[in-house]
Amino acid sequence: MPPSPLLQVRDLTTEFRTERGTVRAVNGVSFDVFPGETLAIVGESGSGKSVTALSVLRLIPTPPGRIAGGEVLFDGQNLLNLTEHQMQRVRGNSIAMIFQEPMSSLNPSLPIGMQIAEPLNVHHNTPWAKAIDAAKTLLSRVRVPDAARRVDAWPHQFSGGMRQRAMIAMALANAPRLLIADEPTTALDVTVQAQILDLLKEVTRETGSSLILITHDLGVVARYADRVAVMYGGRLVESGTATDIYERPSHPYTIGLMASVPRLDSAAGSRLTAIDGQPPDLAALPPGCAFAPRCRNVHARCGEAVPVLREVAPNHLSACFLHDT
Amino acid sequence: MKRLLVRLLREKPLGAAGAVICLVFLFCGIFADFLAPYGYNQISLLNRVKPPSGQFFFGTDNLGRDVFSRCLYGAQLSVIIGFSGAALATAISAVIGIVSGYLGGKTDLVTQRFVDAWMSFPELIILIVVVSVLGPGMGQIIVVLGLLLGIGGSRIIRGTVVSVRENMYVHAAQSMGAGTLRILWRHVLPNVMPPLIVLFTNRVGAVILAESGLSFLGFGVPPPAPTWGGMLSGSGRAYMYQGPWLALAPGLCLTFVVYAIAMLGDALRDLLDPRMRGSR
Repeated sequence: MPPSPLLQVRDLTTEFRTERGTVRAVNGVSFDVFPGETLAIVGESGSGKSVTALSVLRLIPTPPGRIAGGEVLFDGQNLLNLTEHQMQRVRGNSIAMIFQEPMSSLNPSLPIGMQIAEPLNVHHNTPWAKAIDAAKTLLSRVRVPDAARRVDAWPHQFSGGMRQRAMIAMALANAPRLLIADEPTTALDVTVQAQILDLLKEVTRETGSSLILITHDLGVVARYADRVAVMYGGRLVESGTATDIYERPSHPYTIGLMASVPRLDSAAGSRLTAIDGQPPDLAALPPGCAFAPRCRNVHARCGEAVPVLREVAPNHLSACFLHDT
Repeated sequence: MKRLLVRLLREKPLGAAGAVICLVFLFCGIFADFLAPYGYNQISLLNRVKPPSGQFFFGTDNLGRDVFSRCLYGAQLSVIIGFSGAALATAISAVIGIVSGYLGGKTDLVTQRFVDAWMSFPELIILIVVVSVLGPGMGQIIVVLGLLLGIGGSRIIRGTVVSVRENMYVHAAQSMGAGTLRILWRHVLPNVMPPLIVLFTNRVGAVILAESGLSFLGFGVPPPAPTWGGMLSGSGRAYMYQGPWLALAPGLCLTFVVYAIAMLGDALRDLLDPRMRGSR
């Protein structure tokens, strides 16, 4: 019997009120995260992947944002029903988040060590002296050399990669069971990116915590993810194991994505194919499938109804009418 | 702290000069009782309007009181009023500015309209009305000046908070489970410290000037208290031709102190900027 999921997201819908009307940034998204696994949420800018992550932690700025419906079950408990105060005890304790901008995610007026120690102080009232000691250990765990001295350093003395390591140390402080990393490497050099992702993989393996990795980098996904969820226009269009998605992409959008990535095993001289058109405008989504205007396999039904996720293979879901025939 | 002093001397000579004058001013204010050779209201009719000499450093006024002693006691009053008034003003600015700027939305809207309304009154009129109603006195002046400058200054802090609030580290602190108070105290307040410090130093000078202005108009601390403004308007103005030192002494004290405070404030602002910390 498979283990029960750590996080179950059901029909999550998050809306933003804008001048152009209500925008559904996340539209009925459902997925599971099992203990110890890495789930990658993939999609282009504006596909709703970051908003999904922020919704799980209820960090959507309200107003204008609002979680309009659905359930976020963490360990069987619906986070959407908690009070703000109860939610604060979840954040940074059992679920921690890493942001994409290490350059501005650290408070410039506090030494690094204090910031890494803060989650301990917040959640367990650990006295500062003891928490700073713990911060030294955490810093060396994220492979910052000379950690004992570096805890007293200021953020501006750290490079981008080092800051991201410090952010990871901060996220790890309370040994969270779920880590959410929102494009943790987008702002970093390519060589540093690999180091940071290796580190994330390593620490999650050590602690057995789950990881939601939000990214638009398909190379990252192939190397680090166990399972992949592909988002488009605020909806989940395909999900499956990393192998499924890479070897047997099923949704036309995923197929298009894969065709636009260079591969070592592709024939010499072959050209990369781009997906035509523009990402959808969330304030004016087409009535049917959001991908229809850009789809090569579009037919009449696509403009009429929204395709639902259906199983194309065991545990491999895809939302497209092509699978009906 | 030692490094800050070294940098103050090396990089901001004007600020260092300001700091020295401020220290002398503080020293004079605190130890006026021991430093002054005569009492501030010690009348000597034999020595009326005497020019500066070895016996009376700054000369004497129309009642034969030692102007040097009176300036020292004036410094004492200025220290008390300036620092408590500025402290009150800065605290009010910080609380209103941080709460209004961080919470935003309706709270911000209501608070800022209140601040607008308050700021649309001319300061001097409010001061004179309050002093007329409550009667002159040091306590009233401190509270009124603190409120007056504090509410106006909250604008500056609010502006800084609005930009600090949007920083990623504030979101990161939220995602870490920190409550609003903790975020305000540990993540917002330290990052508005530089403007707060500048505001405070600026307010010390402003309160001292405002108090002098009030005393000059006769609404300040009532005589025979030796406020610099009172000295300027009393014997200073009436006997300016017979004894120019009567106006020069308190006037120069006031000028130097306010200028020195402003210089020190500017230097501190540059040196305390966390982005410059650790840099040469």
